[in-house]
Amino acid sequence: MTNGPTRRELYERARRRRSNVIATVSTIVVVGALIVLVPMTPGWDRVRQAFFDGDVFVESFPRLLRAFWLDVQILLWSTPLIMIASLLLALVRNTRSPALFPLRALAIIYIDVLRGIPVILLVFLIGFGVPALGLSRGWANPLIWGTVTLVLSYSAYTAEIIRSGIDSVHESQRAAARSLGMTSRQTMSTVILPQAFRRIGPPLMNTFVSLQKDVALVSLIGPVEILRQAGIDKAKYANFTPYVAASIIFLAITIPCTRLADYAMARQRRRTGATTIS
Amino acid sequence: MSESTDAESSDAEPSTRPLKLQLRGVYKSFGTTTVLDGIDLDVAQGDVITLIGSSGSGKSTLLRCANLLEPIDDGVLLFDGVDIAEPGLDPDPIRRRIGMVFQSFNLFPHMTVTDNVAIGPRKVLGVPKAIARANGLELLTRLGLADRADAYPDQLSGGQQQRVAIARSLAMNPEVMLLDEITSALDPELVGEVLDVVRDLKRDGMTMLFATHEMAFAKEISDRVCFLHQGRILEEGTPDLIFGTPSEPRTQEFLQRVIDAGRL
Repeated sequence: MTNGPTRRELYERARRRRSNVIATVSTIVVVGALIVLVPMTPGWDRVRQAFFDGDVFVESFPRLLRAFWLDVQILLWSTPLIMIASLLLALVRNTRSPALFPLRALAIIYIDVLRGIPVILLVFLIGFGVPALGLSRGWANPLIWGTVTLVLSYSAYTAEIIRSGIDSVHESQRAAARSLGMTSRQTMSTVILPQAFRRIGPPLMNTFVSLQKDVALVSLIGPVEILRQAGIDKAKYANFTPYVAASIIFLAITIPCTRLADYAMARQRRRTGATTIS
Repeated sequence: MSESTDAESSDAEPSTRPLKLQLRGVYKSFGTTTVLDGIDLDVAQGDVITLIGSSGSGKSTLLRCANLLEPIDDGVLLFDGVDIAEPGLDPDPIRRRIGMVFQSFNLFPHMTVTDNVAIGPRKVLGVPKAIARANGLELLTRLGLADRADAYPDQLSGGQQQRVAIARSLAMNPEVMLLDEITSALDPELVGEVLDVVRDLKRDGMTMLFATHEMAFAKEISDRVCFLHQGRILEEGTPDLIFGTPSEPRTQEFLQRVIDAGRL
């Protein structure tokens, strides 16, 4: 062995340099084209005034941020509820016990129906329908029913994700656990579910990001959260910039979330796995 | 008992030791395929019985049935004289007394080696975590795996994984061990380290039912060898008898194939 770089290292270094050059050049070309071409479109000036007005942005941003706090609260409420509900649904759906057949049938119907209705329709149906039942004042709160709607809809989706995770754990794991004398419940909680949740990390994260955005749909039944506040500001300034500002606020939450999930998953793989194929 | 310990393997009277496991007319089918077709087998305390036969002869199914992982369709399974094939019987208290080691290890990939070994006693016997882990570490040390205690299964070699699987099973202090082709998934050079563990277990007096393709090892370690063919025990006897002067033509045929393949 010589002390200098090996043949392979030299090759990989050259390759890396080449990919870097290609990536840089193509990025410059694409971004440059956008910067040059978009302003050349006939309506650009009007669009810039309507969507990218600096003064409107600065004025409405703090208000939007305050309104966004409500979205965050709804999110923090509904996420654990969705996890609990969907885990129960998935477990009930997977049960083989004949005594639980009615529950299993209900779970299947629940999942089919609630996954089949667009969230926005569900928000209307429940948001306007349930308060009309004439419940006492405290219950006529659009916040509560908005959260309930999200939990209903998302628990149906998430239950199916969890179920696919449970199914993906090989039967031999169950055999190993049962041969030690574990009950089926112990097997589920200590062997199957921990592995299932590791596998469904990415789709769960996807659903979570989706939920973060769909929280805004609750605005349709009344609460002044970020989307509604943006609508109010849009009307006030006769300008669409508040929508752009609201989008940026959403991105500030969703992008770090996804990155964090990717990082956690990669770390998990490094810790328990041997090697990964590049 | 009159015989010396060395002679015990060849001509011990099974009746002098209590019977651990008795199979009587055990029948099992998957759909229309009959897998076990009337199995009779006695396993006495301390017996090492190997099951040989080609793939699909029913060796694995026999072991899985003995551990109630598969319910049998007909027949009787006596464990310490109690019929454990009784439909509706809670299998968990029985399984914890019977250890099983699988061909594909089946370690829990999300737990460290120590946790794999400690999880059974912790969950099933209610042993406190610290004690279960300490006992597990002791067991791992005995099997030469102390330095891998904090590793995850995927970071181990096949032979190490299988030794961990044996440790996981031993941690429950089983009365009988069922070994299901435990070296079949291993590279040839790793088979030895796993078989050494089985030798140690025999020395400690463990009762074992061992399905295997390692004929030389079966010859060495068995008190009795059973040749299975199409779900039946066609021939049963001491290793000398089965490997030396088998009377069944099908046994002779099978052994000839094994010899031709250079495995005996």
